[in-house]
Amino acid sequence: MATNAAAAVSRGAVLGRAGGGLARGIAVGYLSLIVLVPLAALVWSSRSQGLHTFWQEVTKPEASSALKLTVVVSLLVAAFNALTGTAIAWVLVRDSFPGKGIVNAVIDLPFALPTVVAGLVLLELYGPSSPFGVDVAFQRTGLVLALLFVTLPFVVRSVQPVLLELDREMEEAAESLGAGRLAVFRRIVFPNLLPAILSGVALAFARAVGEFGSVVLISGNIPFKTEVSSVYIAGQIESGNPAGAAAVSVLLLLISLAVLLAIGAFRHWRTRHDR
Amino acid sequence: MTAKYALRFGALGYLALLLLLPVGLVFYRTFEHGFHPAWAAVTNPEAQHALWLTLIIAAIAVPANTLFGVVLAIALVRHRFPGRGLVNAIVDLPLALSPVVVGLSLYLLYGTGGWLGGLAGHGIKILFALPGMTLATIFVSLPFVVREVVPVLREIGTDQEQAAETLGAAPFTTFWRITLPAIRWAVGYGVVLTTARAIGEFGAVSIVSGRIEGKTETLPLYVQSQFEGFNTTGAFAACVVLALIALATVLVMRIFRPKEEAA
Amino acid sequence: MRRISLSLFPLLILAAAVVVGASAATASTTLSLVAYSTPKDAYAKIIPAFQATSAGKNVSFNQSYGASGDQARAVAAGLSADIVALSLEPDVSTLVKKGIVPSNWNQNRYHGMVTDSVVVFEVRDGNPKKIHTWADLTRSGVQVITPNPFTSGGARWNVMAAYGAERAQGKTDSQAIAYLKKLFKNVSVLPKSAREATQVFASGKGDVLLTYENEAIYANRKGVHTEYVLPKQTILVENPVALTKSGLKHPEAKAFLNYLWSSKAQKILGDTGYRPVVKSVAASPKYHFKQPKSLFTINSKALGLRGWRSVQYRFFDHSAGIMVRVIGH
Repeated sequence: MATNAAAAVSRGAVLGRAGGGLARGIAVGYLSLIVLVPLAALVWSSRSQGLHTFWQEVTKPEASSALKLTVVVSLLVAAFNALTGTAIAWVLVRDSFPGKGIVNAVIDLPFALPTVVAGLVLLELYGPSSPFGVDVAFQRTGLVLALLFVTLPFVVRSVQPVLLELDREMEEAAESLGAGRLAVFRRIVFPNLLPAILSGVALAFARAVGEFGSVVLISGNIPFKTEVSSVYIAGQIESGNPAGAAAVSVLLLLISLAVLLAIGAFRHWRTRHDR
Repeated sequence: MTAKYALRFGALGYLALLLLLPVGLVFYRTFEHGFHPAWAAVTNPEAQHALWLTLIIAAIAVPANTLFGVVLAIALVRHRFPGRGLVNAIVDLPLALSPVVVGLSLYLLYGTGGWLGGLAGHGIKILFALPGMTLATIFVSLPFVVREVVPVLREIGTDQEQAAETLGAAPFTTFWRITLPAIRWAVGYGVVLTTARAIGEFGAVSIVSGRIEGKTETLPLYVQSQFEGFNTTGAFAACVVLALIALATVLVMRIFRPKEEAA
Repeated sequence: MRRISLSLFPLLILAAAVVVGASAATASTTLSLVAYSTPKDAYAKIIPAFQATSAGKNVSFNQSYGASGDQARAVAAGLSADIVALSLEPDVSTLVKKGIVPSNWNQNRYHGMVTDSVVVFEVRDGNPKKIHTWADLTRSGVQVITPNPFTSGGARWNVMAAYGAERAQGKTDSQAIAYLKKLFKNVSVLPKSAREATQVFASGKGDVLLTYENEAIYANRKGVHTEYVLPKQTILVENPVALTKSGLKHPEAKAFLNYLWSSKAQKILGDTGYRPVVKSVAASPKYHFKQPKSLFTINSKALGLRGWRSVQYRFFDHSAGIMVRVIGH
């Protein structure tokens, strides 16, 4: 009996490994077909006319201006989200008011709404035909507005679960010992939230850097003023310069990966003495 | 005390200006001229086909990404294999890529002169047809199921699975009876996120679609073409349909993640 | 159970899609028309009219509309097309170079051009800023909208109209280029396509839009509160239409192409704001548009316009073109 069970286990283990191996192989094959091979084609195309041309394409004034604008605006938007996202998460977790459930549900809307709809909608409300007489279309403000819209959920959803799990005892203890609310937040709550905030910031940054559908309608796509990299890349495709588009795409990807790694490293460093 | 109200007012005000007002305006503009023109705008054949196409693409992309997402998650958490870290990074890559870049890479791969450009010559149309648009949609909505399932798999540990194995359960039975039920909420949430992303995709699909009316125009692309043709009622009516789908998705998300609200 | 049926589901959907797709293509011929955005409404009427003729019976159409350059690029990348109707000749030339359109596409009576138009100034109702001449466009405080010449064919017509207008007033080549620099200082938004530019202008931005006459007429028809000014000097815009090599295989495609020059089709195009190319239709009072005093073409050598190929390189090359300096800061 015991030997039969043992044999069954080892048979099962071998089958498990073989079956698991096959499933894993198919899954990795899927990943390659869907993601890796197209990206490889992209990288290949970007160097297809030589590294010299690659360099030329990415250092063109319009391209580098778009890259600079994209990275700077995305960082600003992500940082702003760190503030507003945390505040909104705080209000949703610690506060209570009628309709909170609806507000909580609606936070995810920018994620579920197609970007072109978001762009159209923002253009209507804050562009030339605005019922409020506010016109920020075709300027950097319009660009920032679109990016704030699409990155809204990330920090909020990242911080909420952590805030929920947070043990209030420490805060209450500190307060009873005379610490002010701000000090309590700064010394006790914030360090616990920081990893989650940084995760949300990373997601918001990644989204902002690549955003296209909403930005293309409201920003005006003015070279050197409001043209972001995704729009520049689309323009290069349209002017019949796919190699140039690929070159800038590869550089954009490398820059966003670098920033994401930096955020991850910062987070790792700040939380290294936890647990 | 006032700090609490200031924070509440500030946060809600920000949300109202950025989120609720714009979405409310879409509904208003759509029905500005009455219900009938808006209804006509979304029941014409082009719009209906666009909605149908959007749903079909999602119906292919979501199950595919769910199936492979669960398998990938298990592989990443339960098995050690060379290149595991790389696979992990690649899964997250679609989140950092601009949709335009995704569209461009598919265009370079499957277009005339690309590595797989020859397929078109054999009658297998990828670009400017359903397969290309589906591949683009699968690409951009790939990470969600994996990302949701991985932390849960880590958390629940292997105790139960190992116990099942020592009792003689076949690996598939273990998966079916033990692992899957444990991760079903995570899978459900991942499926909803994937669906939302798949339906809402615009940038990548717009590069690979060819915009053939009644054939390769998804509903987001239809919004754009209506807007471009000055048919604002048509554009906004299609926006309303997409907004309603988004709202439904968002509500379903609450079902799978009710824990975000305070007890 | 759930997992298995979930993975069968996409297969079922694919099967359904294939069946539906196959049944749509019955024994009739299906032609693919790939066109730029503006004539969409016109083709919506021309196609049924063609299908009512004996040559067009049992012919169904796949239609795709988008920005001219976008569409040319898509066809070059494999988008099926039997007939291409684009906004300017260079877009067709790209397809000739890729071997998709035969090089003799424009050897017919109308040199392959199906419609004419002119570059005009679209202004707000009542022309509050009193914009009438090319010089007015460079006045301080006047905001000009034109698409980006590197991504939009329409923008290239605008630039060459501006350049040619200066030359037609007796300016030299360098003076005309200096004018372009002054003009683009007043350009506040550079949308990616002609249609997008119309959109931006319609939404209230800018004082004057440089655009095709037919595009201005289209906007008016759709309720936009603008009017247009025909400048004294402007360029003749000619829009090409061509059969692709795959289109040549279908006699119905050739029939459709020829139909576009029939008086019925030309009248439909005239109704949507184009200037008909067929003289008999153009002469009739309904389709008789006002003629500018000085109308030149892209081939007006005396004004330094030596055809699209040389203009394309000289003005619009990505690195060496004149417009790179004009637009860049």
